[in-house]
Amino acid sequence: MLVSPDAPAPFIRLQGVSKVYRGRGQDFLAVSDATFDVAPGSLVSLVGPSGCGKSTLLKILAGLHGHDDGQVTIGSPQHPFDPGRDVGMVFQAPLLLKWRRILENVLLPAEILGLPMAAARERARALLAMVGLAGFEDKYPYELSGGMQQRASIARALVHDPKLLLMDEPFGALDALTRDRMNIELLRIWQESGKTIIFVTHGVQEAVLLGTQVVVLTAGPARMADHFNVDLPHPRRLALRNDPKFGEYTQRIYHLLGLD
Amino acid sequence: MKTDKGGEARRFGLAVLMHLLLVAAWHFFVVLGEVPSFVMPTPVDTVKALFAGDYRWGENLLTTAGEIFGGYALAVVIGIGSALIFSWSRLTEEVVMPLLVSLNMIPKVALGPLIIVWFSYGFLPNTVIAFSIAYFPIVLTTARGLREVEPELIDLVRSIRGSRWQIFTKIQFPGALPYIFSGMKVAAVLAVAGAIVGEFLGSERGLGYLMLQVQVTLDTAAMFMAVILITMIGVVLYGLVLALERAMVVRDARVS
Repeated sequence: MLVSPDAPAPFIRLQGVSKVYRGRGQDFLAVSDATFDVAPGSLVSLVGPSGCGKSTLLKILAGLHGHDDGQVTIGSPQHPFDPGRDVGMVFQAPLLLKWRRILENVLLPAEILGLPMAAARERARALLAMVGLAGFEDKYPYELSGGMQQRASIARALVHDPKLLLMDEPFGALDALTRDRMNIELLRIWQESGKTIIFVTHGVQEAVLLGTQVVVLTAGPARMADHFNVDLPHPRRLALRNDPKFGEYTQRIYHLLGLD
Repeated sequence: MKTDKGGEARRFGLAVLMHLLLVAAWHFFVVLGEVPSFVMPTPVDTVKALFAGDYRWGENLLTTAGEIFGGYALAVVIGIGSALIFSWSRLTEEVVMPLLVSLNMIPKVALGPLIIVWFSYGFLPNTVIAFSIAYFPIVLTTARGLREVEPELIDLVRSIRGSRWQIFTKIQFPGALPYIFSGMKVAAVLAVAGAIVGEFLGSERGLGYLMLQVQVTLDTAAMFMAVILITMIGVVLYGLVLALERAMVVRDARVS
């Protein structure tokens, strides 16, 4: 196992998790034998091609899907987890509500959870400042660029102070330069917020650059091919991609995906 | 699409100017072309019709406006209401929707004589005709709008155990508003036509009724005035809907 005996209890533990979608006539194996631990406060990249089950795994963690086999445990005595309120989600599209100003968009989860609004408002402003959107509180989404909208959606995912942030290809729709910038921003936000983040991507470089740990999933049939810690120093910069060690990690993933 | 205040004022001024030009063109066409007044009166003669004869303009105007606004209000309430039922009950939508799509193809005007058989003639059947013609665009666009919800937004709400009611009030209904208004704008135009057709078919009051009366005496100026007043009712209704849309829907989300 990757967890040494004196390491803190894992925040998330998956053991042999599998999920089958039952279709007409044919069943589709979406996830099989996913087994890995996630330490509290780590950033785990789930990387793999389309159909490898990474989004399904994310939805299982979000409590949106059940699973057919294996065990999913989230939370530990030191880090209790309330599945009803400790999840924040970010998707490929920002999915901001067009009719709400940015601040009101960020407040949506707080409203749904019925949190005290004065405090939530305060927190939303602070989060917007953290993601670099101070001064944009009263703008409408259409007045913001795609990258800025995605920053707002990250602030929204954090407004109710969830312990677990689930991100499903959040930068997949952005142009390459914006994506690079958002990668660095996410690393900063992660370090400032101390959240446990599960980051789904099909970008191999992105997975290694961001992850403290990488889980490689392959398709046809879906299975977990590998998981390993990324032993690269923090804070990370884009130049890290030229590091030979970085290349070894990406090569390891490309090999598993049959791309070498 | 951004417009500054100056651009808006310029456009409004241009619109007013074009309307005045149309009236002027009308005037000179009649005067210079020596068009007989029973074919086409001048604008001035048309306004004079308001004070000539015993046409009870006020009463007729109120009757027609009442039919239009009444039928329209019914169409908005029942149209949005039935679309809500469809969105809450998939079964109802699957059963009723194909029927509505077919019923929508019936030219509602053709139902006029039937509706008069069912409701006698006068205010009520004309309101019903206005309703029946305005209902369909509202129910169809509202149902469409309520269906257009990003599944991932629902995932987001459900991941923190949000209720179906919260999804409806915070995401689904506000998201459907632009669609609802686009249906309401189409319906506003149709409701006017529906009420007038009803009055043509059978009634003893209203501007459409008045037009048939003065047609016999060839008082064309009064007919022109009636058409103008009917148009103005429509403009007021449409303007109210636009104002409501401006108040409720963020510009970028509007469906033009």
